[in-house]
Amino acid sequence: MALLTRRVTRCCCLLKKHYIVNSIELRKQTIRTWTLSLVRPSLPLLWPYRYFRQPVFKNSRTLFFDNIQFCSSSASLNSSPENNSLSLVNQQIEPRSNSDSKALDEGWDEALPSSALEEISEDEAVQIVAEPPLPFESFTLQDYVDRSETLQKLVLLGVDLSKVEKRPGAAQFLLKLDFEKDIQKILLFLKDVGVEDNQLGAFLTKNPYILREVVEDLETRVAYLTSKKFSKEAIARMVSRAPYLLLFSVERLDNRLGFFQKELGLNVKKTKDLVTRLPRLLTNSLEPIKENLKVYELELGFSQNEIRHIVYRIPKNLGVNKRKLTQTFDYLHNIMGIPHSTIVHFPQVFNSNMLRIKERHLFLNFLGRAQYDPKQPSYISLDKLVSVSDDVFCAEVAKTSIQDFQKFLKTL
Amino acid sequence: MRAAKAGLHGLFAVYKPPGVPWKGVRDAVETKLLSELNSLERPPPSQQVRFLPSTVEGKDGKELTLTVTQLPVLAEHPLVSGPIFTYLKVGAGHRLDKKSSGVFVLGVGRGNKLLGDVYRAHLSRTYTVRGLFGKATDDFSDTGKLIEKTTFDHITGEKLQRILAVIQGSNHKALLQYANIDLKTQEAYELAVKGLIRPMEKSPPLITAIRCLQFEPPDFQLEIHCMHETQQYLRKIVHEIGLELKSTAVCTQVRRVRDGAFTLDDALLRIQWTLRSIRNAILQSRLKVKTELRNTMAYQEIFAGSLREREARLSQTIADCEHSKGVMPWLQTQ
Repeated sequence: MALLTRRVTRCCCLLKKHYIVNSIELRKQTIRTWTLSLVRPSLPLLWPYRYFRQPVFKNSRTLFFDNIQFCSSSASLNSSPENNSLSLVNQQIEPRSNSDSKALDEGWDEALPSSALEEISEDEAVQIVAEPPLPFESFTLQDYVDRSETLQKLVLLGVDLSKVEKRPGAAQFLLKLDFEKDIQKILLFLKDVGVEDNQLGAFLTKNPYILREVVEDLETRVAYLTSKKFSKEAIARMVSRAPYLLLFSVERLDNRLGFFQKELGLNVKKTKDLVTRLPRLLTNSLEPIKENLKVYELELGFSQNEIRHIVYRIPKNLGVNKRKLTQTFDYLHNIMGIPHSTIVHFPQVFNSNMLRIKERHLFLNFLGRAQYDPKQPSYISLDKLVSVSDDVFCAEVAKTSIQDFQKFLKTL
Repeated sequence: MRAAKAGLHGLFAVYKPPGVPWKGVRDAVETKLLSELNSLERPPPSQQVRFLPSTVEGKDGKELTLTVTQLPVLAEHPLVSGPIFTYLKVGAGHRLDKKSSGVFVLGVGRGNKLLGDVYRAHLSRTYTVRGLFGKATDDFSDTGKLIEKTTFDHITGEKLQRILAVIQGSNHKALLQYANIDLKTQEAYELAVKGLIRPMEKSPPLITAIRCLQFEPPDFQLEIHCMHETQQYLRKIVHEIGLELKSTAVCTQVRRVRDGAFTLDDALLRIQWTLRSIRNAILQSRLKVKTELRNTMAYQEIFAGSLREREARLSQTIADCEHSKGVMPWLQTQ
């Protein structure tokens, strides 16, 4: 489209030069060639533009169309009023235009006022919106947000457009949506499911594609979850925590629930509890989870029962990066000398910062307080090692000042 | 918000923990700074003037007019425009490899230019290096593949000291050679007495001073002042010390305690990587870096002066030779 505009301006310049220098005959020729070149390749491009910017086009006071009119009327200065403006163009291309452009020409005839010089009433003049035209294409929704009702409402709802526009295809279809017609029903449906008002924005930011879905489909999926005896609160929690849950077909959801039940060997109630606590498990890829389960079993040497306990206590442990998992275990088991049976009781260690464990263990070791055996005095639990803040750790576990801890960190 | 970023120009030092690549440290600092900058209060959105049509009761019934209104530009809404700052120029000074730890200099904003000046100043750095006798690995560190084991009972502190003295001596000779300075000038002599001579262009790694901090076989700890070094070179030094002592040694820790003007006290720990403490650190280091660079300029002048003087003296001696032989010696021989 930028190309088109450039071509038009270039043509205008060309035209002016010819007007000054050449004879009328020559001038007519140039116009003919120019109008043809403008009309033929670029008409399909013009269509969507006209479609979207109907009011501007109707009034035809924008710079773009003024240019065309100026050029055409300058060519036929003394001709009749019907003959000026774009009607000239129409006459010229009539014989060779196909049905498509014919339809377009009719559209033009309707849309344009008969003359640029025609006087209009005061009321009509007031209604003319003299705004710069919207860009034909853009990389961001920023250009459109000030003019689009839908986008404005979405922003007020709390949707982060700067994030949505980075998703493939999302910005394109958001622009075409109508708030009343397309978005409202989905929002009402989500509210019925139990998504909180203040979470709607975050939900749509994460999953704008739900606006493309049909409400009936979504209803069947919710009905499936209800049939699996998930309580209403649980469904609300799952949907708002895992926005993509409702995009999954019933078969797929069923498969995934079955996977967790089978692979982990949990009973129905515990499986439901697990996916309610971390619904992300259902929507994320299953491959890393399968891999992690194997790592727990073969590489780290936990028994099935222990794995079940670790996963059920902290569901996030299923999604931990494999390398981080082995590194943390290696440090805990081989360097700190903590047996499997103790680690099972504190599954949160797999989910904590590796550097933090290292620093604190080395500090305790330096102080001579690194004693992780619960049967002996001055026992330090892993929970206290990983989950408390530095201040609390220094005061309660290491029993030193935080300055000493910081000094120690600078000797590592 | 912009004012907060305006304060972020200069150099500061962080403490790099071992086992983390330097790029990770740099990226962590950048993300932390960006998130804090973006969480600050935004400037109010600019207003746009819109003419909205409205009906007004005029003389002859209703009349359509335009009223001027000011509306905030929605395109500048944080949810539409996204975060204001998406990247910061954060550059790194002399690098530290993954296994080593210590003072790591970073530059923000226009401070990156200073990084270049600091590099060209060829400042010396100080490391503490821990070694362990009795083992040899393929990459000279304790985590590498074990190649051989040796005894170390025969090593005494005195023997170690002797080897260190030899290393320092040979490096000092190389230092004077690479410094390319004429010791016959008064200024250069005074500098040499103070031990301030250093090369001003690229050279192989040079150790300006080395001493033993602690010797409890098999463990030992060295303090090394050096320039143009890499951490792997220091590990290799430990390995070579082991070989010289008719044993083997691996390096268990390389820790930088000083980088140019930045010492351990200036380095920020991981919990201190916040906008406020980084800004304070930049302010505090500004004067130090400036004096350091000024000293370097003074040194460079002396250096250039000594070069000029030597050239003058050389041409003088050549002229003297020619004079003693006559104006045109080749004519005499014919």
